[in-house]
Order: sequence, then C-alpha cells, then structure tokens
Amino acid sequence: MAKTESQVIVITSGKGGVGKTTTTANLGVGLSLLGKKVVLIDTDIGLRNLDVVLGLENRIVYDLVDVVSGNCKVKQALIKDKRYEGLFLIPAAQTKDKDAVSMDQMKNLCEELKKEFDFILIDCPAGIEQGFKNAIAGADKALVVTTPEVSAVRDADRIIGLLDANEIDEHFLVINRIRPDMVKRGEMLNIDDVLDILNVELIGIIPDDENIIVSTNKGEPAVVNMKSKAGQGYRNITKRLNGENVPLMELDEGGFLGKLKGIFKKK
Amino acid sequence: MIDLSRIFGRRKVASKDLAKDRLKLVLVHDRANTDTEFLEKIKDEIMQVLEKYMDVSDSGLDIHITTAQSEDGKSEVPALTANIPIKAMKRK
Repeated sequence: MAKTESQVIVITSGKGGVGKTTTTANLGVGLSLLGKKVVLIDTDIGLRNLDVVLGLENRIVYDLVDVVSGNCKVKQALIKDKRYEGLFLIPAAQTKDKDAVSMDQMKNLCEELKKEFDFILIDCPAGIEQGFKNAIAGADKALVVTTPEVSAVRDADRIIGLLDANEIDEHFLVINRIRPDMVKRGEMLNIDDVLDILNVELIGIIPDDENIIVSTNKGEPAVVNMKSKAGQGYRNITKRLNGENVPLMELDEGGFLGKLKGIFKKK
Repeated sequence: MIDLSRIFGRRKVASKDLAKDRLKLVLVHDRANTDTEFLEKIKDEIMQVLEKYMDVSDSGLDIHITTAQSEDGKSEVPALTANIPIKAMKRK
C-alpha cells in the first residue's frame, strides 16, 4: 500500500483523568486495524502509563529520553505490538525529569518518524507546562479530549486557546464518558451544549462504558471489542481520521423509556 | 407531546443548564484574562476614538472584565468595565 501523507496528532486535554491515554491507545490500535502504520509516543515523563494501558509494560528497554538524547537509535526504542500489525510504542521515561526533552528534540523526532509512519499519535501530559509544550511541538493536528463536566470543559477551552496561540489550528474535540441517561434527565451537558460553549469542531463521542475499565485491566484496548459502545466510538474516530465520512453514533438512552423508544424505532 | 413535568408540578432547573451558564461566564473571564494582548488592543482602540472628542489620561485608564447583575437581576453576566478619567473636553 502506498504511504499516505503522515499525520502527527497530539491527544491533549488540560485536565487530568479525562481519558487522554485511553484515547491514544484505542485510536492507535484502531488505526493499525485499518492497515495503517502507527507509532504512539508517551510524553508524560515520570508518569508513564500508555505502556500499561496497551499491555506492553514488560517489553520496555529504551524510552523517549533515550531516543532524543541519542542513547539509542529510534528503531531500538520502538516497541512492536505483536498483536496488531503496524503498531509501535515509544514509552515515556519513568525516572527522569520532564525537562529531559526539549521542543526541538520533539520536532526532530516527529519529522524522522513521518518518513516511516502514517500516523504519529502523541499522548500529552496533563497541565499546560513544559510537558504540554513538548508534546505539541511537532504536531500538526490536535485532538482535545473532554468530558461533559464543568472542570474538563473549562480546561479544554484553555487548551484550545493555547493550541491557537501555537498555530495548531486543526483541532478537534472528543467528548468522552457521555452518560445518555443523565443527558436525558438534563443532569449532564449534552453534545450541543459542549459544542456551543467551546465553539470547536467535533470528531467523536465516546459513551461511558464499563468495558473501558475491563479492557484496561487486561491491557487490550476496547476498540477491538465489537460489543463495546466506547469501542464503537473509537472505531468511528479512527475512520474519520482516515478520511471517511462516518455519522455520529446514536446514544442509547437506557432505562425503560429508552428501550420503549427502541422498540418503536425498529418498526 | 405533552410535557409531563408541567402536569406533575414545576421542575427544578436542570443542573446541566446551571453548568452551561456558569461555564459561559467563567470562560469570558478566562479568555480575557489569559490573552494579555486582548485587553490592551481594546484599550488602544477605545483611546483612539475618545481622543477625537476629549483629552483623556492614559495613565489613569482602567479597563477590565467584571461580573454584573443581568437586567432582570436574576443572574450574573460578564461586563466590560472601563474607568477613563477625562482631563478636558475638546471644542468642536
């Protein structure tokens, strides 16, 4: 297959705990299942986690700091995921300081990886400090992950402002952990509310799903689970990143009324 | 469709609407306060207009985003507050 133009995409959020790492892992696996060559870079130095979400924690020899400081070649630090053809990980360093990587080093690394890979996904640390600046340095697109909560939406707005200031104009929103039952009751911001507040383009929605925790327990991203609603949400995003036009998934409203509606819809 | 909530008494304001109102307000402040050039630009342009009509003191100029009561007094809304001391009016 001819190599398409590479995309360097940073997955960011501002606030911690909204699902950046889970999103990175699922999109990486999802894109590899579409036949793409993908590398995931964990830039959360000192708080490495992408390895464990992917189930690759026992395979680490070299890390991101080793690569950028010239301790090893890029190829040596690429951990090949044996389950998914074309998927690789560069893990974060766990023991070093977050200033061990510079913005120029990240830019150079991304440029080098572009020669080899279709997608370079960068898992960004929480916050807006040096780690964030490093993570976005080599990116040409950003996915901003938020949840329908005031704190996460507020931080997403701040991040979008910083992406604009850094001339990463192509940024897309992922709304994670939507609970259709709560949205129905008016106890959770709905998709339109969040888009109205942030005024940004949406690339996908991920319903709240127990399967995410189960799959993270096992180190197997939910995107491969055809029964998982979150998995479906992630599969849709991977297709959109790949240039396909996929309609937004319908949220199951749950409860008795939701089921009743479902019955009538089928007719 | 009949609105069941009307039949079964008045419903509380949905908490998501509170969230939305609060977020909109806080983001006005966040956006204004994190973009340092934003207020400076407004300040410069206001001064250009005012200088046509009066002598204003650049040093005493104070402009910032605050919160005010809405017209119906029921909610808080963001407001741009400017305090501009006038030195003298210009003759036409």
